[in-house]
Amino acid sequence: MNGTIEIRWHGRGGQGAKTAALLLADVAFKTGKYVQGFPEYGPERMGAPITAYNRISDSEITVHSNIYEPDYVVVVDESLLDSIDVTKGLKEDGAVIINTEHTKDELMRHLNGYKGNVYTVDARGISTRALGKNYPNSPMLAAAVAVSGVMDEDEFLTEMKSSFEHKFAKKPEVIDGNMRALKLAFDEINK
Amino acid sequence: MAIHDRINEKSPWTDITEGNKIYEAATSRDFITGEWRTSTPVWEPEKCRQCLLCTPVCPDSSIPVCDEKRTDFDYDHCKGCGICAKVCPFEAISMREGK
Amino acid sequence: MAVRERLSGNEAVAYAIKQINPDVMPAFPITPSTEIPQYVANYIANGDIDTEFIHVESEHSAMSATIGASAAGARAVTATSSCGMALMWEELYVAASNRLPIVLALVNRALSGPININADHSDSMGARDSGWIQIYAESNQEVYDNYIQAFPIAENEAVHLPVMVCQDGFITSHGVENIMLVEDDKVKEFVGEYTPKHYLLNADEKLAVGPYAVSNYYMETKRGQRQAMINAKKVILEAAEKFEKMTGRRYGFFEEYKMDDADYAVVIIGSAAGTCKAAVDHIRNTAKKKVGLIKIRVFRPFPEEEIACALANVKAVAIMDRSEMFAASGGPLGAEVRAAMYQAHCKAEAVNYFYGLGGRDITVSDFERVYENLEKMAETHIAVGMYDYIGLRG
Repeated sequence: MNGTIEIRWHGRGGQGAKTAALLLADVAFKTGKYVQGFPEYGPERMGAPITAYNRISDSEITVHSNIYEPDYVVVVDESLLDSIDVTKGLKEDGAVIINTEHTKDELMRHLNGYKGNVYTVDARGISTRALGKNYPNSPMLAAAVAVSGVMDEDEFLTEMKSSFEHKFAKKPEVIDGNMRALKLAFDEINK
Repeated sequence: MAIHDRINEKSPWTDITEGNKIYEAATSRDFITGEWRTSTPVWEPEKCRQCLLCTPVCPDSSIPVCDEKRTDFDYDHCKGCGICAKVCPFEAISMREGK
Repeated sequence: MAVRERLSGNEAVAYAIKQINPDVMPAFPITPSTEIPQYVANYIANGDIDTEFIHVESEHSAMSATIGASAAGARAVTATSSCGMALMWEELYVAASNRLPIVLALVNRALSGPININADHSDSMGARDSGWIQIYAESNQEVYDNYIQAFPIAENEAVHLPVMVCQDGFITSHGVENIMLVEDDKVKEFVGEYTPKHYLLNADEKLAVGPYAVSNYYMETKRGQRQAMINAKKVILEAAEKFEKMTGRRYGFFEEYKMDDADYAVVIIGSAAGTCKAAVDHIRNTAKKKVGLIKIRVFRPFPEEEIACALANVKAVAIMDRSEMFAASGGPLGAEVRAAMYQAHCKAEAVNYFYGLGGRDITVSDFERVYENLEKMAETHIAVGMYDYIGLRG
């Protein structure tokens, strides 16, 4: 799939990984791309591992299969590293982005010798500081954009601001916190 | 023209309406079910007290009522089941073999 | 100007319903079609449309109420999936034989058992003999476009048959993709006002719907129903032509993808066709082999001669079924396409594969292997894995 960026999301049911994938599709769509955002569906089970996917391209996407050789992997919950081979099929010139307080070196034993780039971002810490609550999916979305470069930071933040203004029309007080969480993720991502 | 003159068992498939829809009402009147009768109810008006117990039990609505009084049987549609004779308390209806 | 959007397949159908504003929608929730009545109920609650939504206690009731509404003279729609449609079974036949122009959004899902919620065509394929027109989609765009076209097809006087607009559960129903929406006024103009000639609530005409037909009438009635299906072919193409004039998007009984010079072809239905297109492109760009694809859009009426004609010059073809029919041989698409080829004295080698049952994924490389098999078959004239499965653990 030349020219198509493929992203795989790992999270747990209820954490918003699917929502993050759909939001990424949303913002990429708004910047003029062809997009796909879809979860790998099974029965809905809170806390169970879930996978979601994005394809983002400048041309029409017809493939409807899951993604087995992603360019990027986003891990929304680091406890998945014990049970899931998150770097399976991940391209060596791609990257994995993990929500963690730990350093890259501390995580490497979970990554099955993955030779590509490993990014860490403390999405929980960022969310707690910016919003007072643990909503890791917004910072992870920002980190996915920062690493994959599917769009530039300003474009992303502008689009997100307008979708937050729409989504939180009835509680505008949370918009600033959400925007801060996105910006912090751009600043605090570690390679 | 009655419906059975237009659509009957000799009609080619092209004459059958879509889904057998019937674009008129009460076409069952055109079907002379009285022809099926092997036993025939006979009404004796002089014995009848006009209690009207027979009318509602007739499965074929073949006991016409006019000005709150029953009249003679509609033999075009009466199939001769004999329920009316059974319910009559005054022996005003009797069953006769044949049409 | 058409509206550039990104929607899931379920959102796309619900949006089309909003644009069409049908009179009545009885529905009962079942995964993965639940979102359709859910979104429509929202539109109604928000005052966007004045469709009468009927809450029912089962899918049997949903289809019964849809039939009642349609016979009464309403433009009536519903949505379901899998076991929900199985519960409608009896009523599906009633809707078709009573010649009611109902539109059903079917989100294809495997039938139990084992119980499974994912994409599979066993629900609609099981209903292939019920007398409904069946139109399938590869993408969210197609399901939206097919849904809009379903109304002028179903309501055409020469047809008067219900239409099932099918899409693959979760793959398109829950996947968000780019889509071009048609403007509201154009959709309304395309489907037009529904003005049935005969309907039960018409005070000026007495009407009986669904009378008993003894043997002396049944066969003639069924022949009439078959004629409606034959007539539907022309009407489907007319609707497609009119739709193309409006949107520029072209539809037919099936899509021929790079078939002009193809030696090897796949015949398939639904979302996997898009994945197969990527395989066709890849093989043509790298190995330079002449491969192509026929994606069936209209399965009922079945475009028998047209498919045989499209396959006339290929050397080998793989017909791929996303449902079992337990003939202990192949699947429904395989049986019908091979019958069409036989009738047309088609010389191509043909093989019938099962794939994707219960949502099993199929990839670009799976299709590449199918084309490799076809090339071998053309050389040896021996079928490679007749009735084989793609992705089955051996």
